[in-house]
Amino acid sequence: MNDMTPAQAERAEKLQGMGCKRKRVEDIRFVQGRGSYVDDLKLPGMLYGDFVRSPYGHARIKKIDASKAKAVPGVLAVLTAADLKPLSLHYMPTLAGDVQAVLAEEKVLYQNQEVAFIIAEDRYVAADAVELVTVEYEELPVIVDPFKAMAPDAPVLREDIKDKTDGAHGKRKHYNHIFAWEIGDKEATDQAFKKAEVTIKELISYQRVHPCPLETCQCVASFDKIKGELTVWGTFQAPHVIRTVASLISKIPEHKIHVIAPDIGGGFGNKVGAYPGYICAVVASIVTGRPVKWVEDRIENLSTTSFARDYHMTTEIAATKDGRVMGLRVHVLADHGAFDACADPSKWPAGFFNIVTGSYDFPVAHCAVDGVYSNKAPGGVAYRCSFRVTEAAYCIERAMDILAQKLGMDPADLRLKNLIKREQFPYQSALGWEYDSGDYHAAMNKAMESVGYRQLRAEQKAKQEAFKRGDTRELMGIGVIFFTEIVGAGPSRNCDILGIAMFDSAEIRIHPTGAVIARMGTKSQGQGHETTYAQIIATELGLPADDITIEEGNTDTAPYGLGTYGSRSTPTAGAATAMAARKIKAKAQMIAADLLEVSEYDLEWDIDRFRVKGNPERFKTMKELAWAAYNRVSKGLEPGLEAVNYYDPPNMTYPFGAYICVVDVDVDTGVTKVRRFYALDDCGTRINPMIIEGQVHGGLTEAYGIAMGQEIRYDEVGNVTGPTFMDYFLPTAVETPRWETDWTTTPSPHHPIGAKGVGESPNVGGVPCFANAVNDAFKFLGSTHIPMPHDHWRTWTAAEKLGLHG
Amino acid sequence: MAKTQIALTVNGTAVEALVEPRTLLIHFLREQLNLTGPHIGCDTSHCGACTVDLDGKSVKSCTMFAVQADGADVLTIEGMAAPDGTLHALQEGFREMHGLQCGYCTPGMIMRGYRLLKENPNPSEDEIRFGISGNLCRCTGYQNIVKAIQFAAAKLSGASVKEAAE
Repeated sequence: MNDMTPAQAERAEKLQGMGCKRKRVEDIRFVQGRGSYVDDLKLPGMLYGDFVRSPYGHARIKKIDASKAKAVPGVLAVLTAADLKPLSLHYMPTLAGDVQAVLAEEKVLYQNQEVAFIIAEDRYVAADAVELVTVEYEELPVIVDPFKAMAPDAPVLREDIKDKTDGAHGKRKHYNHIFAWEIGDKEATDQAFKKAEVTIKELISYQRVHPCPLETCQCVASFDKIKGELTVWGTFQAPHVIRTVASLISKIPEHKIHVIAPDIGGGFGNKVGAYPGYICAVVASIVTGRPVKWVEDRIENLSTTSFARDYHMTTEIAATKDGRVMGLRVHVLADHGAFDACADPSKWPAGFFNIVTGSYDFPVAHCAVDGVYSNKAPGGVAYRCSFRVTEAAYCIERAMDILAQKLGMDPADLRLKNLIKREQFPYQSALGWEYDSGDYHAAMNKAMESVGYRQLRAEQKAKQEAFKRGDTRELMGIGVIFFTEIVGAGPSRNCDILGIAMFDSAEIRIHPTGAVIARMGTKSQGQGHETTYAQIIATELGLPADDITIEEGNTDTAPYGLGTYGSRSTPTAGAATAMAARKIKAKAQMIAADLLEVSEYDLEWDIDRFRVKGNPERFKTMKELAWAAYNRVSKGLEPGLEAVNYYDPPNMTYPFGAYICVVDVDVDTGVTKVRRFYALDDCGTRINPMIIEGQVHGGLTEAYGIAMGQEIRYDEVGNVTGPTFMDYFLPTAVETPRWETDWTTTPSPHHPIGAKGVGESPNVGGVPCFANAVNDAFKFLGSTHIPMPHDHWRTWTAAEKLGLHG
Repeated sequence: MAKTQIALTVNGTAVEALVEPRTLLIHFLREQLNLTGPHIGCDTSHCGACTVDLDGKSVKSCTMFAVQADGADVLTIEGMAAPDGTLHALQEGFREMHGLQCGYCTPGMIMRGYRLLKENPNPSEDEIRFGISGNLCRCTGYQNIVKAIQFAAAKLSGASVKEAAE
């Protein structure tokens, strides 16, 4: 593109194609309050649903009395498990091969579990009626500590499957055990540890958190009895999958179900799965013959519809005494809550956790994961992360710092010594992945130079001396990490959801005037797909992005796709978009050859047109070719100009990055200030740098929230404590650090436009970077590992334990 | 439930309506007046997605009854653009500086920015950050929201605005 003439550059610029900071199309409606979110929908005769929920973490239901609630004027019905059971809808299948109670039948397994569903004329009346349902419970002992779940005398949680010895992923070891998953060469890894000069071992826990988009989960279900058709508008990150699941559960034929995901107010993994509210709204609409809206409130959101992490990772590294890593061994205890509703591709019960060797050249590794039930909300979603990748990144990046500390090495130097080298790509990892491309050392060196890493270490050393002398009460910490993501799930050979291969799709229609409508199987929740997919088409086809409308989320019109999560939209639907555009371009070339009366092979592409080689004055623009496709049908060709592509990616993509963070910790208050945060991301080809930077800002802010304060906590009797914004830490503009962003570009060799995806990288890399920074501040005082979240209280406590308060 | 009559001005138009005494202002705006720009994000006055301007103050409309707005002058996001469709400087700024992603917090954020700039037409970055700290955003990390408000402040005061989000 650099050898363009000024005239060509002007034409290219007008297209607003790939690489430009195109302003977002979606913003026009959003800045005027004209977005169309689920709760904005108002249908004639619409009813409202609301849940009666369990106050207990584990209890037997003795009796439900809804008579007073039913007597409230405006209440139409109260659904309980007894009503759903004849329809076989009291349980629903989960994505992880388990079942989840829609309404609790004989007992409740976590606080705020759904027990009854009120259907009323008005949301206020529904809320009144919730208060009038009396449920008698008999309390049962609870399990909130996953390490106690498989004790010989542990209470039986899942009575419905207590005698089932085979789970969805093999033998169960205990009645509260869900699955065991193992990967890598155990014997060779054990050998590496036997021979190791240096080893480290640490239990690294990643606390339970929640994705918490600003808009909660919600839906409107409308069943048309005459047509036998169901329409569901909902906050769905994967609308097509929801339709298929709805059809399988309800037995309504798939073509008679219309699932529509309108504008979505953030998802971050929270809106991938199906929840009891959706099922109850559908049943309520079938029962009443009227549309039913269900909107969860914030407490319901934080305490019931999914969670993320709750991974307890016992991590060991074997190394030589000069800092070469020789082996990695990880055992994970995974707390999945009361039902295994983990949102992972079917064959991956621990997601892609086996990316845990990270960016380092481990010759051998072994990883085992045990999933257990507990009296906590079900879920296990990828909170801005590609299926347990952020757990893996936190695990390896903390462990590398602990190893550096043991070796007396600088953590950046340890990483530089072990990073996979550029010439090793494509790289086969010890746990089975093929990393597509990378230039890790270039990225790491650029990051270190950009922040003046060595000078920061010198400053830190001086501050540590001053602290020891008693001249300051402030500690300086430097967090440095290098992450490798694995996104774009995924190749059909190893990725499916309930048996459906995880391809994605694009359909592009060029109309006679050259205006375009394109539809994809993904669904934006703020990522700006309407803007960026159009940029791909603009560059591929030479039509202005402003003439291209992108539509997603309506299963009637969009081609089938698996949705948006796991940073998969660009690697899958973005690829499909380019491939569909190329089919159109190939046909346009034939039409151009016919119009210009030359052979196709005598034509060459020039930004927005085909021109005759050696005779650039003879050309046909794409706009002219669009008209010709409908107006003057070339011999042997069908009229029209459109294409569809279903893209089955040959491999995952592997974005990576180097992050460095500087914090100042007041040891007397525990207050930690982020002085600086530098993020270098390599996401391959950059479609819209403005949107990429925005994604990085947002992901880093979510990472800051997780590392510095977020936690969904349970007390010893199973009460979920603090599921409101009073307690659950969402950073405001005041605490949020200023972000410095940077990049390198290493295109993916197997993606049609070389793009890798970026949305989740900053969360994956950001969390360990903050954690390493806080830990780094205390390291010189003998501290090895302070667990997250690093809120003021915990940081103060860490200082207290080190005897820093005199 | 018995209803109460209220009369108020919303986006420059006189409105009379019957509401239940317990109806929240946000539900009145969204469900009776069909002004769905203000959103509900938390129910506890923390997130600010429901922010509207009421008698010269930023108000979280989920924390006020509609009857309390009797006689008030309310401005929502729907009243921000000029009648000819020209965007307000804040609306323009949010788009120019990529100050939004999912758009859910945006109406509340813009309404808060509107009152902030009335109170302090030339705020520093720290003043902006403090001024919008009652409004949560889960997508942007605030950096570009700050720039969007700076853009609007410059434009409203007649200064030159930055070309684009860097």
